[in-house]
Amino acid sequence: MGEKKTSKLAILTKGIIKENPVLVLVLGTCPTLATSSSAINGLGMGVSATAVLICSNIVISMLRKIIPDKVRIPCYIVVIAGFVTIVQMVLQAFVPSLYASLGLYIPLIVVNCIILGRAEAFASKNSVVDSALDGVGMGIGFTLALGCMGLIREFFGSGTLFGIEVLTNVVPGMGIFNLAPGGFFTFAILVAIVNVIKKDKPVKKDFGCEGCSLASSCGADRKEIKNAESGKGAEKAC
Amino acid sequence: MLIITTIMSMILVNNYVLAQFLGICPFLGVSKKLDSAIGMGIAVVFVMVVATAATWPIQQILNSFNIGYLQTVVFILVIAALVQLIEMMLKKYIPSLHKALGIYLPLITTNCTVLGVCITNIDEGYGYVLSLFNAFGAGLGFLLAMILMAGVRGKLEGNEAGVPVPFRGLPITLITAAILSVSFMGFSGMFQ
Repeated sequence: MGEKKTSKLAILTKGIIKENPVLVLVLGTCPTLATSSSAINGLGMGVSATAVLICSNIVISMLRKIIPDKVRIPCYIVVIAGFVTIVQMVLQAFVPSLYASLGLYIPLIVVNCIILGRAEAFASKNSVVDSALDGVGMGIGFTLALGCMGLIREFFGSGTLFGIEVLTNVVPGMGIFNLAPGGFFTFAILVAIVNVIKKDKPVKKDFGCEGCSLASSCGADRKEIKNAESGKGAEKAC
Repeated sequence: MLIITTIMSMILVNNYVLAQFLGICPFLGVSKKLDSAIGMGIAVVFVMVVATAATWPIQQILNSFNIGYLQTVVFILVIAALVQLIEMMLKKYIPSLHKALGIYLPLITTNCTVLGVCITNIDEGYGYVLSLFNAFGAGLGFLLAMILMAGVRGKLEGNEAGVPVPFRGLPITLITAAILSVSFMGFSGMFQ
C-alpha cells in the first residue's frame, strides 16, 4: 500500500469516490450489472456485499500474522465463504423477497473480486481498525455505484423509483433498460462520466482479470507479483 | 432431445455472459486478442464440466447429512482445489495443452461462471447427466461470446480516433457488449 501514514478519514473516504471499486477500479462487474435492474435490488446487493466485506476484512486482518503466506488465498476464501453463508441465511430469514430476487448472486458474493481483492491488497497488510474502515468505505462506494445504476435503470426502464410510480402514466418505460443490454449501456455511460470528472488524472487503460488486484495471487502474470512485492502495491498494479 | 435444447438454450437464449451477467471480468479482460479469447473459452468449458461432475455428487452427500447450507463454502473450495489439480495434471501429462490453457486456469478459480453453473444445476434440480450437458452448453455460450467480442474488439483496437475521448477504453467496450447483447435478445423464446 505504501500509505501507512494516511489518516483514518482518508482510508474511509477513498473507496467512495477516488478509488470507487466499481467505477474506477472496475472490480465486481458481474453483480453490478446483474443486480442493478432496480434500485432496491442494487442497494440490497450493495449492503449484503458490504456486510461481508467489513466482516471478512476484520477477521482476515486479525489473522494476518497467523495465516501462512502460501495458503493465504484458500484461507481468505474460507473466511469470506463463511460470512457469505451467514448473510445468505439472514436474508432468507428476514427479507425473503430480496433473497428471491437476488437469487444466485448472493452465493456468488464469494467470488466477487472486490472482497478478495481488498483482503489481499489491504486487510492482509493493515491493522484491524484500518481494515474495518477500508471495508466500510469500499462497501459504501460499491453500494452507491449499484444504487446509482439501479436508480437510472429503474427510472428509464419502468418509470418508477424504489417501486414508487413516477413516470409510469406519462411516458411508457423503455423496457430494454431492465434487460441485459441496458445494464451494459448504463455502466458504459457511468464510467464515461467518471472519466470526464477525472479528466486531469490518467484514465485507467487496463481492466478485467489482469487488472484485478487478485491477479498477483492468481499467478497469471508473474510480473504483476514482482511489481506488487517491490512496493508498487497491488493497487497500483490494477 | 432435452439435452440438445438445454445446450442450445444455454448458448443462445440464456447466454451466461450476455444475458445473465456471469463472467464479465474475463469477458472484458481477456477478449482483446482472438487467441487468448479462445484459450480462455475452452479452459472455461473444460473446468465447468469437470467442476459440475465433482460438485453434483458432493451436494447429494451434503444433503444426506442435512448440511446443504454449507454448499457455498464447500463448492468454492472444491473448485479451487480441482483447478489446481487439473493444472498440475496437465503440466505433467499433456504439456502442450498446459502451454495453451495453463495460464488461464488459475484465473478461472475466482470466475463466477463456474460456481454459478454448479449452483444453478443444483437449484434447478437437474439430474447428473443433464447437469453435465447444461455446464457444457454454458461453457460453449461463454466461448461464443468471447470469440464474438474478440472479433469486434480486434477491429476496434487502434481505430479509436472516432470515439469521443471519455468513451475510450472501457466504456466503448461496454457499449460493444451492449450491442452484442441486443443481438442475442433476438434469440429469446427460441428454446425453453
